[in-house]
Amino acid sequence: MAVDGNLVIRNLNKEYVNGQTVIKVLQDINLEINKGEFISIVGGSGCGKTTLLRIIAGLETAYQGSVTLARRPLVGCGLDRGVVFQEHRLLPWRTVKDNIAFALNNVTPEEREQIIQEHIDLVGLTGFEHAYPHQLSGGMAQRVAIARALVNRPEILLLDEPFGALDALTRIQMQQEILRIWEIEKNTMILVTHDIDEAIYLGDRVIVMSSRPGTIKKILPVNLPRPRDRNHVEFAYLRREIYREFFASKDDDLVYAI
Amino acid sequence: MYRKLRLWQTSTDLKKIFLYFSLALGVLFVWQVLGVIGWLNPVIIPSLSTVFRSFGEYLSSGELFRHIGVSIIRVLEGFGLAATLGIGLGLAIGLSRTLDRMTDLLIQILKPIPPIAWIPLAIIWFGIGEASKIFIIFIGAFYPILISVIDGIRRIDPKLIELAKILEVPRRRFIKDLILLGILPPVMTGLRVGLGIAWMCVVAAELIAASEGVGYLIMDARQLSQSDVVIVGMFTIGVIGKLMDSLLRWLNKRILVWNVTYLGD
Repeated sequence: MAVDGNLVIRNLNKEYVNGQTVIKVLQDINLEINKGEFISIVGGSGCGKTTLLRIIAGLETAYQGSVTLARRPLVGCGLDRGVVFQEHRLLPWRTVKDNIAFALNNVTPEEREQIIQEHIDLVGLTGFEHAYPHQLSGGMAQRVAIARALVNRPEILLLDEPFGALDALTRIQMQQEILRIWEIEKNTMILVTHDIDEAIYLGDRVIVMSSRPGTIKKILPVNLPRPRDRNHVEFAYLRREIYREFFASKDDDLVYAI
Repeated sequence: MYRKLRLWQTSTDLKKIFLYFSLALGVLFVWQVLGVIGWLNPVIIPSLSTVFRSFGEYLSSGELFRHIGVSIIRVLEGFGLAATLGIGLGLAIGLSRTLDRMTDLLIQILKPIPPIAWIPLAIIWFGIGEASKIFIIFIGAFYPILISVIDGIRRIDPKLIELAKILEVPRRRFIKDLILLGILPPVMTGLRVGLGIAWMCVVAAELIAASEGVGYLIMDARQLSQSDVVIVGMFTIGVIGKLMDSLLRWLNKRILVWNVTYLGD
């Protein structure tokens, strides 16, 4: 049975009605995510992975099935769940510091200063407190977005392709950063990505989704110690497993050189 | 190397200043030349030097400043009223879907009526005193400001609205940090347009019924066939309008430090 603090998704179905046609987005999703676990959800575009994340975030409320956190059904958004989007979504007219302050409710001015500084330090942006978003690089802006999402100490951090728009080197750097933050914060992480390497590098488990309708095709545990070596045999084996899920009919002896 | 760079910069600065003034000065030059060679009928188009002379007279007697002062105060009153009501109502309409639906038709019908068409009613309602002029200015400046606020709110990135929902941002901070600052660039433009129209409206209102003000100065001079004074009045309106716009542009730049804009090639 469900352990306290876990996120449990039961028989989740979601469809969009577009005029006369009904588009099934998610079908029979059953998933239990443990407290403190790092989950990667990987799938092609249009597989409903973002919709799943938006349902957990409370942004989509019309669905069938149940989604419970710590045995309570989720109703709308809540500060127990933080979200980092693909775009940083910073207020362009606010500095780094004030963008983080935008997320803070019900704190005294002293607490506010302290919490903001702690989180700026946590994401490695010390010294950039008074910079405006247009003065930051893509990676730095995304760090601010992470700090802002963490400032209310959410139990679950939802990451919707957060590094998808970054260059390859920055992306790897940010993956290491998010691991470091996870080890400090010890919260549950749910990462949606289309990058198979990223999914394996970060996740305790990798959930592979199929497209139209979105279903869970496979759940693969990643039993590799962190920090993970992307060139490890086991890593390569998992990568091949996941590739097979997407390109099953194609050549099995695919050479993975990216 | 350093000195060379400095010299090069000064010369581009000079070039910029020259470019900025060249066309306006060129027009004045052609005007003066045409006057000197006798191609202009002085009753219809006085020579530039005549205009300058009467400009100097009106300046030194202080009469021009008196008219300018009266007109500017009218504009500030009408524009202030329009800005207050335009921003206030715009926020209310922009934030409430019901209010938006309720007011849309009336606004769309009233908006195309030019301020000048309101002058007869304004005089019937408020007489020929200050109130009718302020009303005309208000009508002119109100709609661009109102529309810029409503449109500004509609154009705020829905992704930011969604973010505020996720973060459970309280209503007050939502309005203060997201709405008010988010609409600032379009509203600053709306205020600039509104002020420009307000300035045009004061002259229009004064042309019809007034005993002082720049518009009155022009109308009075027309009756006496002083075309040079008419031009002095028109020139004054142009220069003050430009100065007002420059002031708002300068303010715009100081306030919107975060706004990275395209300045043209």
